[in-house]
Amino acid sequence: MKSGGSKLEQILEKGQFAVTAEIGPPKHADAEKVVHHAHILKDYVDATNITDCQTAVVRMSSIGTGVHVLGAGVEPIVQMTCRDRNRIAMQSDLLAAYSLGMRNVLCLSGDHQKFGNHPTAKNVYDVDSMQLIHLVRRMRDEKKFFCDEEIKGAEPRFFIGAVANPFADPFEWRVDRLEKKVAAGAEFIQTQCIYDMERFERFMEMVRERGLDKQVHILAGVTPLKSWKVAKYLQSNVSGMIVPDAIVERLKAAEDSKAEGVNICIEQIKYIKEKVPGVHGVHIMAIAWEEVVPDIVQRCGLYPRPQL
Amino acid sequence: MIVAEQKPLAEIADMIKDCRKVLFAGCGGCVTVCLSGGEKETEVMATALRMKRQLEGNPLETVTYTATRQCDPEYIDAMADAVRGVDAVVSLACGVGPQYIAARYPDLWVIPAQNTTFAGGSKEHGVWEEFCGLCGQCVLHLTGGICPIIRCSKSILNGPCGGSQYGKCEISKDVDCAWHLIYERLKRLDRLDLIRAYQEPKDWSKARDGGPRKVTREDVMIG
Amino acid sequence: MEFEPKIVAFCCHFCAYSAADLAGSMRLQYAPNIRIIEMPCSGTIDHRVLLKALEDGADGVFVAGCMEGDCHFLKGNYRAKRRVNHVKKLLEEIGLESGRLEMYNLSAAMGPRFAEIANEMTAKIKELGPSPFRKHTGGDVG
Repeated sequence: MKSGGSKLEQILEKGQFAVTAEIGPPKHADAEKVVHHAHILKDYVDATNITDCQTAVVRMSSIGTGVHVLGAGVEPIVQMTCRDRNRIAMQSDLLAAYSLGMRNVLCLSGDHQKFGNHPTAKNVYDVDSMQLIHLVRRMRDEKKFFCDEEIKGAEPRFFIGAVANPFADPFEWRVDRLEKKVAAGAEFIQTQCIYDMERFERFMEMVRERGLDKQVHILAGVTPLKSWKVAKYLQSNVSGMIVPDAIVERLKAAEDSKAEGVNICIEQIKYIKEKVPGVHGVHIMAIAWEEVVPDIVQRCGLYPRPQL
Repeated sequence: MIVAEQKPLAEIADMIKDCRKVLFAGCGGCVTVCLSGGEKETEVMATALRMKRQLEGNPLETVTYTATRQCDPEYIDAMADAVRGVDAVVSLACGVGPQYIAARYPDLWVIPAQNTTFAGGSKEHGVWEEFCGLCGQCVLHLTGGICPIIRCSKSILNGPCGGSQYGKCEISKDVDCAWHLIYERLKRLDRLDLIRAYQEPKDWSKARDGGPRKVTREDVMIG
Repeated sequence: MEFEPKIVAFCCHFCAYSAADLAGSMRLQYAPNIRIIEMPCSGTIDHRVLLKALEDGADGVFVAGCMEGDCHFLKGNYRAKRRVNHVKKLLEEIGLESGRLEMYNLSAAMGPRFAEIANEMTAKIKELGPSPFRKHTGGDVG
């Protein structure tokens, strides 16, 4: 095992189908709800992402929230974007995160601050996500800071994750980029949430052609939709997301759209598990609907989670 | 060229409200080319403010002068006659001009008439876009001639990010994704190897992050 | 004494000026308040000229060019339209009514239309009143 004890890494390396979920930190200084969500997810996931000021909206930090989640008995995956921190702050945060017990880090570019509640902020983007992956790996495998200086003492040993978006363009380049991330040091990948299954399958075909499924653990991202309005919003307003009209229509026609949204999600997970080779797990992003995750995990036959 | 956009007239009027005689100094450089601060624009601004002040019952005397440019000391020296007796100078040059004037005539009140925005070029007559990130270490040879520092909203060097869709940047449908353009260009040139290769983090100390910069050419110095 | 506006009309040679000429030949009666200035094309109008006319005391100004799509120089009248609109906005920022400046389009054959425009503009300016920049007193239209 490369990391300093990541449960997620162990499960994936054992060849088991992993389940991760997501917790969105609060827009205030009280972690009570986070702990509550962690308790809900505890027995149903192997680890949970903690978003990092998602959509550039100020929230409790990913690492800080991670401490609360860890305390509740759930393994956190710290998300770190490139938008708000320069390389000095990044490394500083990584050292602290590791010392506080975090073992997984997900490196991503981060939504532009234009989308958030502080659009007038200066954007940092000192390093990009590719560089962050590479440099986090170097901290672990070569005991080096980004500046080449040796880390004298405990080096942070993270299990390193990145994201892939088969629904962004240019499509044919997305697998090249994934390959580049793997070469840079990515060990697990979470994809943007899947609604266009056909496109995801084509993506995975290209992934398998290059043998990337043997080099990195890909977790398919899914999100249960509450209503056709949410589906429509994602379709029109979120860059890099594709939602087929068929799904919008199905939700519109349903009597209980929430139940239908969960049904669709379960169908997707089952399909991916059985029919799409090369996928090593599922990443369930049910932000503000964490309560629905246990039900989904159970009905997909993924409960109980493997104990280590 | 450096592209600048005039501040609203009301804002400039407010800045000179207590002045009785004002010099409007245009610039024959970049701002002439981007049609915001040249001779014509300077005359129009002076006239508009004169008329506005007359209607307010607080007449303004205006003088206009268009310097060859406002970023060489010799051309600022040449303004000596024009600045005599004025209460303020409104400079229509880019941000460099007002600074040069203020330094050369320290007892003068200098006002910037423009919001200097970017280094760019014209796309069609009347439309200018940002092209150069002024980063101090050009990488255009690695990206097929498209600047990733400034044309990518996140200054990514190993792009594109996951927000690139239909060739557009996530921040707006009107903004092309620079990395999409880079990909298309390098594909055409059969040089995708350039973006398969990992790019190290940028040395931002060569950009504004390292502090105010200076360029010297010893071989042309006179003193 | 009733206020008689002084209106400056920048007319393009190929259409508006010819129309004005035709109105004359047709012996059409129209408001005598118009002072015509001939230009090769309405597209040669400059922001500074429009502002100068108003600052020097004209109560109203209009630019008259060929019908859209029929400009003798192809796009001159489109350029004129954009410039006139820009100066109209500027007038609002200056504190002067933007209605004192207008753009009209007509063809060389439209003598009666020229008379109509002259009357229309004069009536409009009469309603707006004398320009605050007016230098002379009295209602002499000469």
